Parts: sequence; C-alpha cells; structure tokens
Amino acid sequence: MSDTLYDEIQREIAKYPDRRSAILPALRHAQEHYGWLSPEALEAVADGLDLSPARCLSVASFYDMFFLQPVGDHVVEVCTNLSCAMIGADKLLKEFERELDVKAPGTSADGTITLRCVECLGGCGWGPVVSVDEEYEEHFKIEDVAPLLERLRSTSRPSESHA
Amino acid sequence: MPESPTFAQPDANALLLPFAGSRREIVEYEANGGYDSLRKSLGMTSEQLVDEMIASNLRGRGGAGFPAGKKASFLAQGLDRYLVINGDESEPGTFKDREIILRNPHMLIEGIIIYLWMIRGAGAYIYIRGEYAKEAAILEGAIAQAREKGYIGSPLPGTDYVANVYVHRGAGAYICGEETALLSSLNGERGQPTAKPPFPAVSGAFKKPTLLNNVETVATVPVIIGMGGAAYAGVGTEQSTGTKMFSLSGHVNNPGNYEMPLSATYRDLIEGKGGGLPAGRTLKAFVPGGSSMPILMPNQLDTGLAFEAVVAAGSMAGSGAVIVVDDRTCMVRFALRTAEFYMHESCGKCTPCREGTRWITELLRKQEAGLGTLEEIDLLLEICNRVEGNCLCVLGDACAMPVRSHINNFRHEFEEHCRLGRCPCPDDAPMSELYPPLLKAPLPMVHA
Repeated sequence: MSDTLYDEIQREIAKYPDRRSAILPALRHAQEHYGWLSPEALEAVADGLDLSPARCLSVASFYDMFFLQPVGDHVVEVCTNLSCAMIGADKLLKEFERELDVKAPGTSADGTITLRCVECLGGCGWGPVVSVDEEYEEHFKIEDVAPLLERLRSTSRPSESHA
Repeated sequence: MPESPTFAQPDANALLLPFAGSRREIVEYEANGGYDSLRKSLGMTSEQLVDEMIASNLRGRGGAGFPAGKKASFLAQGLDRYLVINGDESEPGTFKDREIILRNPHMLIEGIIIYLWMIRGAGAYIYIRGEYAKEAAILEGAIAQAREKGYIGSPLPGTDYVANVYVHRGAGAYICGEETALLSSLNGERGQPTAKPPFPAVSGAFKKPTLLNNVETVATVPVIIGMGGAAYAGVGTEQSTGTKMFSLSGHVNNPGNYEMPLSATYRDLIEGKGGGLPAGRTLKAFVPGGSSMPILMPNQLDTGLAFEAVVAAGSMAGSGAVIVVDDRTCMVRFALRTAEFYMHESCGKCTPCREGTRWITELLRKQEAGLGTLEEIDLLLEICNRVEGNCLCVLGDACAMPVRSHINNFRHEFEEHCRLGRCPCPDDAPMSELYPPLLKAPLPMVHA
C-alpha cells in the first residue's frame, strides 16, 4: 500500500468523530490511485480504516460511482433520465455507441474509453448532460461527440481527481 | 464545445438569488450584506432563533415540506449535536441546490453557521452527491474563505463557540437523499434507510441528535434572520411562505432554475418564466415536483406552486422540479423511464419496493414493446397499490404514485399499445432510441 493513500485516508478520518464515516472518501482516494476498486485497493482501504475488506466491498458495491471492475482511461457517462432523454440524450447515447463501437455499459476495444448511462445528474435544465471523468459537459450535442472522443483518446487519465 | 450553464435572470421578488451571475467570493458576498445575519444571530438566544424560524413558517425545501422551525424545536438535548445538510439532490428534474451552490455558496455557509450556533452543534456535515465534484470544490473554497474571516474554526465574535463545517461527498445513490439513508451513508454503512424511531433528532449522525435540512432550506436561514420571520411569512401564501427555487426542464423554451414566490402558479412558471413550449408543440402533461410525483394535466396549469395547492390538485410539490411534456411524447415510454429509475435506485432492503419496482418496470417494458395485455394494465395498478404505503421509506411510493397517474390519465395510450402490438409513436418521438420497437431489438426482459 502506498504511503500517500494511507496518509490521505488518515486525513479523512480526522474530519469525523468516528473513523467508519471516512469510508466513502477513503474508497474514492483508493479508486483514484488504482483506477478501480480492485481487491488490492479494497485491502488498502480496509488497512487504512482498520475495517475488514469485506465491509469495504459491501459499502463500495452499494454506490454507482465506485468501479468494481476495471474501466478505461476515461469514463463517459450519458444522463438518460427523463429531462435529458426527452431532449435527445437517447440519440446522443446511440452516437457514442456508434463512434466507440461498444454498447453501454462497456469499454472501447482499445481500452481507452468506458461508456455508460447514468441516472439524473442534476443538470436537467442544461441538458443533455454528459459527465466526462466526473466533469459535466452540458447542452451536449451530437456534433460534440466526435471531438470529445478525439480529445479523450489523445490524453491519458489524470492521476488525481478533479475535485 | 458544449456551453456551460446559463443562469436565469432573477425574479423581482427573489430573496435567495436576487442578482445575475454568481457571488462566490466572500468579499462580494459581504459587500452585499453577507454574514450580517450571522452577526445579528449572535445577539440572539437559541430559543429566539428557533422562534424566528417558527414565525417564518418556512417549509423544508427538500421535498416533504415539513416546517423547518418545528423540526429545529424537536432536536433532542445532548452534548454532541450535529447539523447535517442534505445536498444529495438526485430527484430527476431537480438541479436547484446545485445552482444555489454554484452562484451563492456563502449564503449556504452562513445559514449553516447560524444553525450551528442555534443548536451549539459539535459540527456540520454537508452531504453533497458524489457527482457534484465541482460544487463540492466550491463549497470547500467557501469554507476556507469563511475560516480565514474567522466565521469557521475560531470562536465567533463575543462568544466562545466555534463552528466546524465539513463537506462529505456521496458516491452515487439516489436513496441517500432519504434522511435515514443519508445518515446510514454518513455513518459509513451502505446507504439504506432505517426504521423510525429512532428519529434523526434523537439518533442520527454518529448516533447523536441530528438536525437534518436541505441545502435550500438552510440557505434561506440568513434571509429569515435578516428580514425577520414575520416579514418572511408575508411572502407567498399563508401555508407556503416565502420564495422557492423551481427547476424547469423538458419541452420548454427557457429551461432553468427560477426563484418564485409561492403565491405564483405553474402557468407563471411554465409560460411566464419558461416561455412556453417550442413552436408547434402543445402541452400534454407536466410533472409538478420531481419524477416521483403524480403528473398534472394541461387544465391544471393554473394550480398554485404552494404546497397545499398542489396537494389539492392531486399531486405534491416535492422538490420543485417541473418537467414539461409535449404532445409528441409517448406516455408509456415516459412511465417506463420513470419506473426504471426507481427500480435501479431501490436499495433492496424491503420486499414491496425491491420486487414491486421491478415488476412495475417489467410490465411497463412489455407494454412499451406492445406485448402487454389489457389485463396487465390493471395488474400494474394493483402492484402500485401494493407497493404504496408498505415500504420502510417513500422510494416505493415514488415509483407507484407517478406510474399510477400515467395510467389513469393516459390509459388510452396503454390500450393502444396493446391493441396495435407496438408503440404507435413515430421513430423520431422523444426517447425512441432508448426503447427501439420490438422488431428492431429483442425485448430486454429481466429475470435476475
């Protein structure tokens, strides 16, 4: 386990009267370090929080933002809930699937981009909303798909979160 | 590249966001009277502050509309009491708390500090949905600025009380907007609701007495303390005081968030602020308060935005998310997309919700594909009845209530699907690519 991740987890624990409350931030840091919550990543979280890996997996599996399988260098999420779907997110999704030659949820054959549908992202009046590596792109149009994918293919995933 | 969000111009009656653009910097906020309400509240006792909230008659802005002052008065005594802010905004159609954070984060922070002072809280945690990464960073920045100014982390002027405020990010789970699920999540558990009692006011964050309020509710606190509870109660209607944020989306010319006095109507919002529907389209229905609420019909446009007015119309004001549905939209598809969401977000803890949301979704999939039967339309209604009111929390109801309203108001569309054996809508109708007709793709039945 890297010292940095362990230290990050300890800093999160300090914000709460009970270390167990730090599990979501700890899992997030681990996912940033390992790319996904591999058994090794969950061990690291368990170690940092002094909890069992099984408990960490139990909690992680409840939340949509934690990846329990490897993902591409970039994650593209298309909101397909009502407000976005009603104004064209369904067609946007089809265009992403066509350009990437993958059915959502799935990762492009070259392993660079994971595509999935997500539920309401909270950008309903500024839709359709696409979340790219946890950054919102709003008023997204079909013609924005190809340039976005080109940009993503040419860059590797940043090692730290955008937060 | 895609544009960034555009914020609506402020309403003349706006109290929360009475300016264009944003005021993220503390100097801007203070130059416009920011943190004056905090200074005023430091000269008031806890009882006086609670009384001011009760006098304002502010009803919670998260969805249930429970009186905020009364809620504050319920908080159990104890050494360690916590304040938790519900920023898990996830009800489909809702994006108002996000705009408050993006444009006026210090108003929320000031409200938090006033509330903390009121309860002499051991700390405040802002539970913000995980997807709001940018908004969480903005809040961290606002907290850091407030800390530099001495509002956080050091004794408040003339007192020995120190306010501590933390941002806690969720990780993608709609159910964590439900108060007991949110607290389970904050306490490091899976985000599942728990039975009440114990109520959060007795055992919440870290098993301590906890006051839990929505972002918009707490952001309204400085307004109320500033102008006085009685003056605030003069805005809106008698039972629904003040202004409220409404999130307008769907088939409308000017979607966005609009802060309006609660004495206004849905027509004022949809036709006035929203500029009505795109040319050539007519209104088929509208969601009055987030996708979990029964839909209302065009002849109900003059319904007031006030909590009691929406109830009288047969629905609920919920989170204030208004989704406009035009005449091209297939209501079977609309019902299906609604139900799928709640099926996906059911935490699986109690049977009526876990099984009910799945069966409602499966039957709606059959209906949408034209494989359903007329009997199954009644079966759908029966399942809705069996789910509603029989679950630990309201997520099951949130699926059953709207679907029942879709069937009751548009039964002819369901029957037409059964009769034709397919969806009668044209290929370019809204959401058509999500639900290709059966001939184009196999029916995605789920028997997991």
